[in-house]
Amino acid sequence: MTEVNAASLGTVVSDALAAAPASEAVPLRPKRGASTGDAVFALVAKGSGLLVLVLLGAIIVTLFVGGLPAFREFGFNFLVNTDWDPVQNVYGGAVAIYGTLITSVIALVMAVPISFGIAVFLTELAPAWLRRPVGTAVELLAAVPSIIYGMWGFAVLVPFMATYIQPPLIDMLGDVPVIGDLFSGAPFGTGIFTAAVVLAIMIIPFVSATMRDVFMTVPAVYKESAYGLGSTTWEVMRSIVLPYTRSSVVGGVMLGLGRALGETMAVTFVIGNANRITPSLFGPGNTIASIVALVFPESPAGSLKLSSLLALGFILFVISFIVLALSRLLLRPGVRT
Amino acid sequence: MSASVTGRVVRDENVAKSLGRRRRVSDRVVRTLCWIAAGVGLFFLASILVTLVALGYKGLSPSVLTHITLPPGSGGGLLNAIVGSLIQTGLGTLIGTPIGLMVGTYLSEYSAGSKLGDVVRFVSDILLSAPSILIGLFVYQILVSPFGGFSGWAGAVALAVIVIPIVVRTTEDMLRLIPTALREAAMALGAPKWKTIVFVCYRAALDGIMTGVLLAVARIAGETAPLLFTSLGNLNWSLDMNHPMSSLPVTIYQYAGSAYEDWTQLAWVGALLITVGVLALNIVARFALRKRN
Repeated sequence: MTEVNAASLGTVVSDALAAAPASEAVPLRPKRGASTGDAVFALVAKGSGLLVLVLLGAIIVTLFVGGLPAFREFGFNFLVNTDWDPVQNVYGGAVAIYGTLITSVIALVMAVPISFGIAVFLTELAPAWLRRPVGTAVELLAAVPSIIYGMWGFAVLVPFMATYIQPPLIDMLGDVPVIGDLFSGAPFGTGIFTAAVVLAIMIIPFVSATMRDVFMTVPAVYKESAYGLGSTTWEVMRSIVLPYTRSSVVGGVMLGLGRALGETMAVTFVIGNANRITPSLFGPGNTIASIVALVFPESPAGSLKLSSLLALGFILFVISFIVLALSRLLLRPGVRT
Repeated sequence: MSASVTGRVVRDENVAKSLGRRRRVSDRVVRTLCWIAAGVGLFFLASILVTLVALGYKGLSPSVLTHITLPPGSGGGLLNAIVGSLIQTGLGTLIGTPIGLMVGTYLSEYSAGSKLGDVVRFVSDILLSAPSILIGLFVYQILVSPFGGFSGWAGAVALAVIVIPIVVRTTEDMLRLIPTALREAAMALGAPKWKTIVFVCYRAALDGIMTGVLLAVARIAGETAPLLFTSLGNLNWSLDMNHPMSSLPVTIYQYAGSAYEDWTQLAWVGALLITVGVLALNIVARFALRKRN
């Protein structure tokens, strides 16, 4: 079967050779057709590689060009203006940028310890028969579409937060001087904090899978030596595994941050859609992604409003690019999640 | 037990005992917390699945698959959304896979030690995690805005952009697993490099590459944000790729936020269908990969 393939392809190649100009002949190869095929294939492969670069460049350029009218109109103010006023046709991105950063950071604070625990569980603690099922389950959590997280968040998490989490926190901490403002307001269930919780759940699988893969790169001899000296599991993690993998662990956390920054549908369902900055974590807000998804349908092509959304998209791209690039640089080459 | 891990020699017996106890306790605490963390992860997966089944199964009926989306109260289904999703996902995969395959081939077979290869890999990894909503905005800017309207094609292209980096990643990884001896054997028989790649390497890595494609399909089947700006959604029956096209995730999004009970019910049915489909694809893909290893 291979011979038939090879023979028929041979004729194809020689046909191609007749049409295409012959490239330099490689002395050791008997068939000149072969080098043409090679040249074409290599060209297509390299061209595809270049296409990926063009794609990234095109995304940056189109978002920037689309946002240019807004940047021109509002200038640097776009970054710090908290107004989003369709009536006056004045748009500022500060609320969305603040919402994006604060939800992602809170999500990280919650997700990193849990992800670390899961990674330790999967590499050191779990009995062998449990590793694969639990590992697979965590990976499946990563596969659940974003919109499903949004619906689940709205149907399950929002009522739960409104009933069991927010009222006690508001009662307990609402009157404490400095941090009280963070826990004030009405317990609607939606808002910045709930969005952060959903984001945390969504990035746990990414961060824990990266950490697990990173922890696996620690040579067994190092760990065995420490265990042999009488170290406990926690001491091995803290004194051997973490120092060995520190930069990659930070890279994995940055990867999670990059995911959280651009998450759209899940946040859109639970953030409460309000274009103001409230001091309270339970207050409604918006992220760049959620405001783009929510406002886009009412933004006519060519309007300043649409341009402002594209400008926000450009800002989000720049932030994610920096975070993801840092993450790639920090992750050790052998570990790719 | 007389020496701590730090190498400090502990002479006093009592100090040694209490130190040992403290180490044991802190170890026990951390171990317990790790078990709890794993439990938390599993709990959320279970909670999502239980919620989907509990709220979705009530609406499961044949009419979901036989009727298209209809106005509230008239017993519509999701047929046009499901078909639209299949078409856009299928075309997105068809467009994205060959490109991703060639990029992965370039990275594994042609770029050894080259600066360009490193840059392409870096950029592809960034695209892998780039916010999908921005890919939607990008395609809106290049295909929807200049060519006069939302279309199924734009949706398929947006999904293809998401497919490419996923396929690049798995193709490169799978090709790298193939022993060099296999390539050398093919070369020694006189096969040119491209034939070696196509007939030896691809064939040896086929199930791994297919796994990547399946994972890519699973990923784009549930994508909502990029489709909002490209294929927009369509509540009528339409297979015209040049017009707005319905898709399951976008329909779920529209219905979930509506005030009509039968629409929200359909949204949950759609959510159940899509999650079961995506998770099944993932499990199949993982199973195929496991068999290989």
